[in-house]
Amino acid sequence: MTGPGAPAKRINRTAAVKALGLVVLAVIALLLPVIAPDPATTNKAVLTVMFVGLATAWNIMGGYTGYISLGHAAFFGFGAYSFGLLLIHLNITPGYAPFLLVPVAGLLTASLAVGIGWVALRTRAATFVIVTIAFMFIVQLLAENLVKVTGGGAGLGLPYAREWGGAFFNTPYYYAMLALAVIALFVSWWIRRSKFGLGLLAIRDDEDKALAVGVPTRTFKLTAFVISAALVGMIGGVFAYYITYIYPQFVVDPLIGISMVLMAFLGGLGTLSGPVIGALLLEPAQLEFAYRFGASRLYLLFYATVFLIVILLLPRGIVPSVVELLRDWRRRRAVGPTAGGSRTASAAGAGEEPATPAQQGLASP
Amino acid sequence: MSLLEVNDLSKRFGGVVAVDSCSLSVPAGSITGLIGPNGSGKTTVFNLVTGFIAPDDGEVRFKARSIAGLGPDRIYALGIGRTFQLARIFPRLTALENMLVPVRRAGLRALLSRGQWGHEKERAMEMLSFMDINQVAGTLGGALSYGQRKLLELAAVMMAGPELVLLDEPAGGVNPALLERIAERIRQLNQQGTTFLLVEHNMGFVMNLCHEVVVLHQGRAIASGTPKDVRENPAVLDAYLGT
Amino acid sequence: MTLVLEAAVLGILTGGVYALMASGLTLIFGVMRIINVGHGALVILGAYLSFALFRTLHMDPFLSLVVTMPVMFALGVLLQLVFIRPLKTDREALSVLVTYALALGIEGVLGYIFTTNYQQLRAWYETASFEIFGFHITYVYVFGFVLCLAILGALFLVLYRTSFGGAVRATMLNRTAAQLVGVDVDRVSALAFGLGVATAAAGGVVFGITNSFNPNSHYDLISRLLTIIVLGGLGSLRGAIIAALIMLVTEDITAVVISPVWANFVFFIILIAVLIIRPQGLYGVRVRDRI
Repeated sequence: MTGPGAPAKRINRTAAVKALGLVVLAVIALLLPVIAPDPATTNKAVLTVMFVGLATAWNIMGGYTGYISLGHAAFFGFGAYSFGLLLIHLNITPGYAPFLLVPVAGLLTASLAVGIGWVALRTRAATFVIVTIAFMFIVQLLAENLVKVTGGGAGLGLPYAREWGGAFFNTPYYYAMLALAVIALFVSWWIRRSKFGLGLLAIRDDEDKALAVGVPTRTFKLTAFVISAALVGMIGGVFAYYITYIYPQFVVDPLIGISMVLMAFLGGLGTLSGPVIGALLLEPAQLEFAYRFGASRLYLLFYATVFLIVILLLPRGIVPSVVELLRDWRRRRAVGPTAGGSRTASAAGAGEEPATPAQQGLASP
Repeated sequence: MSLLEVNDLSKRFGGVVAVDSCSLSVPAGSITGLIGPNGSGKTTVFNLVTGFIAPDDGEVRFKARSIAGLGPDRIYALGIGRTFQLARIFPRLTALENMLVPVRRAGLRALLSRGQWGHEKERAMEMLSFMDINQVAGTLGGALSYGQRKLLELAAVMMAGPELVLLDEPAGGVNPALLERIAERIRQLNQQGTTFLLVEHNMGFVMNLCHEVVVLHQGRAIASGTPKDVRENPAVLDAYLGT
Repeated sequence: MTLVLEAAVLGILTGGVYALMASGLTLIFGVMRIINVGHGALVILGAYLSFALFRTLHMDPFLSLVVTMPVMFALGVLLQLVFIRPLKTDREALSVLVTYALALGIEGVLGYIFTTNYQQLRAWYETASFEIFGFHITYVYVFGFVLCLAILGALFLVLYRTSFGGAVRATMLNRTAAQLVGVDVDRVSALAFGLGVATAAAGGVVFGITNSFNPNSHYDLISRLLTIIVLGGLGSLRGAIIAALIMLVTEDITAVVISPVWANFVFFIILIAVLIIRPQGLYGVRVRDRI
């Protein structure tokens, strides 16, 4: 340590850099439709920000509790259909007003999630994955077969605001998606800081131990699941309004479900910025790939390859790996030995291997 | 007054009878030891009392109230904490965060308990100091040594102020110096009002620390009394030395 | 009434192939505690391999198994070594993602090579049928069923009569204990995975003869297979077989008695019922972490 003043200065500089980065990002995000108003770019922006929100929302369940849901597409699709049906049957004139239906779609999706979650969470993490997949197929089947309600395979057409001419059309949707992404981030951040969030992380680490110290695991898991689902449902609602015609297989789409998982994994499960970074990296790449190779199905190979590379080479995701690299680098730069109060985990990974019983006694102060 | 009463508790796993009409009681304010040869059902009794498994027969009463069938989180909220044979803490959380996980209120109300952050942190640091591990408050659980984990586990369990704490082999796998420190802490916590029921194989530890000892053999309680009484009980010697 | 009987018989015959596919899946779970979400894709891959052999060499689908089963076995071992074994931590969760990625990769490649047109495996005798109880059963269904029985029988023989099988069962019961008695669990895992994939190849042939398929069919397949092993109990072979028969018979009878649309839902209704009443399935064990 180079003296008592040095660490404080370093912390301030990191915080300052972080804050500056956030501000720059926020400004770019807010002004994007002004900077690059062509529909191709704004369309990419809508979808990218959509996935920022989706990945962040998914992370609230998958990242914090460790219960991987591969069926979140069910909530996305359900939100889409809820919104669509509300819009049509309540006869609301398209424009800005329909955006008020988005929270309603979210509430309806939350109700669905309570039902699904209550059944799905009767099992441990391994079977939970299977059950979420199954429920996604159920919702897809229902969308396809309840023809009188959803239009079935023929799809459902939504009214849209004709006065929003060509170049402007994407803009309101962009801001709607941005708003939802910000809300998702805020909720995720708030949960992480709360005792509820700590309980979720405890469940991820050791569920039985969490029970033993009083964490009401079923209640906590269900709550995280419902919050996650509601956010995804709202985003699905905006998406429906955006694409104006929804088909069952394109909104209850396993690929959307797996993409949000992949993005959260790539960025770093359980971190706040991880899903954001994952989405910002993957979605534009995905769109590009689909554009070039969509017809020949090879874009699936793209998904598969990225997925496998991420899981096998960067199992903890980008953010934790980078954070640890920075920490190591900073430690090597510091003069003198570090005291026992550092947060660095053993090199093998964030404390996933237990200390050997041979290590008895206390660390020297 | 007995804080915990176990009456005719029974549990079998397939063909194996782990606990066989076991009855014991833990006086309030005491440090009671639960000893017995390997396989006598001690940890199973713990699991039954703390709600990790459901009994086939018999009852468990805490402060005269039946608690059999409740889940482990409800039981902790009622005031019974426990530690595990191999110290369990949350490896990806820091020591301080480990201290802040325990939940005092049951069910949905637990979601709303967040306003205490400031007070809880203070209490947590106090508790960590009490256990002499406050300097590792910011260290991830997974990076702690085994001894530190044991201390952390006990400290965290105490956070919700349980009236009864079940300790599963608190002396297991620790060096003599730490052993003495653990014994001292238990004594101090006991003087402050916590009742302890501990399972242990280290006889010296048990005899020095416990006011009362219960001996389990093949799932039944075969003797109970002061350490001196139990030590001289022929049935106990039989159980340990016999096949 | 004959309709119901016919549906029941059909259910048993098709149940056989699902039993075979589900056995592979549950075996893989039992040995490695991983959920191979790509099992459906591997079945489809097996079907396409036989299809390719039929197209190029005019090989009878059942005969093509002589080629496809060993090939798929080797593929399975390879996949396990390259993609599953490196997963050290969080194995259960990550393996789901890895196997799902493999499924997508397989779907992508198959789609690229064979396009998304529906195919079906053909045999020159496929329309031949015989009559029983007043309705017709095509021979291919019976051959397929017999094949499934044969392979399942062989599987049981391997598991219960060979030392390798003993090692597999030991690993399924208690991985650590198996290691302690000298079982090379890594090797057993790789071989068991290969075995599971080989059975998928066989399942692929029978499935491909009795259904039309395209690369996307693996979604429908895997959702059914997963439901079957949940009903049967994860890791239980006996459970998988019985569950497959129950599910398929119920589905086929529902199609006849109520409607084909409802038959689609039967699988999931049964799944939900199982999860509510007995989450561990018929023969599964209530899993609680080591206390």
